[in-house]
Amino acid sequence: MTTKYNNVYIDSTYTICGNYENDGPLSEYFDKKYEKDLYFGEKSWEKAEVHLLKEANSNLIKKAKLKEEDIDLLISGDLQNQIAASDYMAREFNIPFLGIFEACATIGEAILLGSTFIEGKFAKKVLVSTSSHNMAAEKQFRNPTEYGTPKPKTATFTVTGSASILLTNKKSKIRVESTTIGKVKDLGITDVNNMGAVMAPAAADVIYNHLKDTKREINYYDLVLTGDLGIYGKNILKDYMMSSYNIDLSKNYNDCGTMIYDLDNQPVLAGGSGPSCSALVTFGYIYKEMLKGTYKKVLIVPTGAIFSPTFTFQKESIPCMANAISLEVVV
Amino acid sequence: MDKNKYKEIVDKNTPKENYIKNAIISFVVGGALGAFSELLLRCYSLWFELPRKESGVLVVLTLILISSILTACGVFDTLVTKVKAALIIPITGFAHSMTSAALEYKNEGLVLGIGSNIFKLAGTVILYGVVSVYIFGILRLIVTGG
Repeated sequence: MTTKYNNVYIDSTYTICGNYENDGPLSEYFDKKYEKDLYFGEKSWEKAEVHLLKEANSNLIKKAKLKEEDIDLLISGDLQNQIAASDYMAREFNIPFLGIFEACATIGEAILLGSTFIEGKFAKKVLVSTSSHNMAAEKQFRNPTEYGTPKPKTATFTVTGSASILLTNKKSKIRVESTTIGKVKDLGITDVNNMGAVMAPAAADVIYNHLKDTKREINYYDLVLTGDLGIYGKNILKDYMMSSYNIDLSKNYNDCGTMIYDLDNQPVLAGGSGPSCSALVTFGYIYKEMLKGTYKKVLIVPTGAIFSPTFTFQKESIPCMANAISLEVVV
Repeated sequence: MDKNKYKEIVDKNTPKENYIKNAIISFVVGGALGAFSELLLRCYSLWFELPRKESGVLVVLTLILISSILTACGVFDTLVTKVKAALIIPITGFAHSMTSAALEYKNEGLVLGIGSNIFKLAGTVILYGVVSVYIFGILRLIVTGG
């Protein structure tokens, strides 16, 4: 399902990253960087993630010179059970709140919902945010963080950070042009250490449907950006698009997971993942490059494996999801 | 696209793990750890004038102590990433699995945190260790008569 928008703009963004991302090549694009550890002055990993999310949202409100009362709606989601980081963040704000979950594709769903509220004139200013924390995610989904089991080359590294985006109906330099809601896809992959292979079919399907619905060619976009497929998932998507839809992704396609880290020198295996991976790259790096004029039309496709350890232990394969968001520089 | 065709694409793009290299690293490092334990065993026997069996208990305790301290200092997980199974399989891995779980859940309290999670990884080893001891014990009884 593709929706076109005429009145949805990005007012401003705020991004925070942890020390691993700070050591990566995109560090200069993030608004705030934590360089020392992953606690940020809190006592647990989970509280540290709430800290990040709270900080991103309150700093964005300050940056936009607004008050909490000026914002009609806050939409947020994260990886913790019961989206706890978002819930605990939201209790600090006097803003109506919608909590959402779509794993690493959360930012796509958040923007899509926020944009729809604005286009439908139900809201004027919507704050959307997401976060992830490497240690909190490891603890919840895998082994204790200090355990450090050797992982295969296809495993990814959860990005620590949070991003907050203010959507508005007031004209600004970048607008949300259209969005396509994806379908849940599952091609039978059960390997929790190969999430790129799990998620590629959802990305392929939504890119294909977006192009079909809008009657565009892939070259219409200066850049097509998937969320966190990693180096191997990226190649899988290219092959999939070519063999299924005859769409060539070799020229204008990249993956946020492969951009956020220095893959040769950082211990991140196939690249970054997590909700804040696509959010940090898109709303730190890409957004700022769009303001400079490097890119004019960008299609972002945050990808998420809707992964439940319980179902995986019960021998189920992993379903995945992706939405497509088209961002354009306003002429 | 059907699942089989997709699996072909995935297999084509998935890097092969170097099992032989990993096995050699584990063999050499694990073997070195074994040799170190043997040395320690003989030293303990010599220094404290203990029989081999009792000195063995001391060696195990020493290894548990060293690996737990390394886990607490945040070194053990880095070592495991480098030397693969060499440190996970011996008693060092068992101690590490308990210490790392205890560290992880210290914020949830002594009972519901550390108490209920410390055997999160080690529980499997204990359960199936005991079960296989019974099986092999019975087999030994049947085959050798005791």
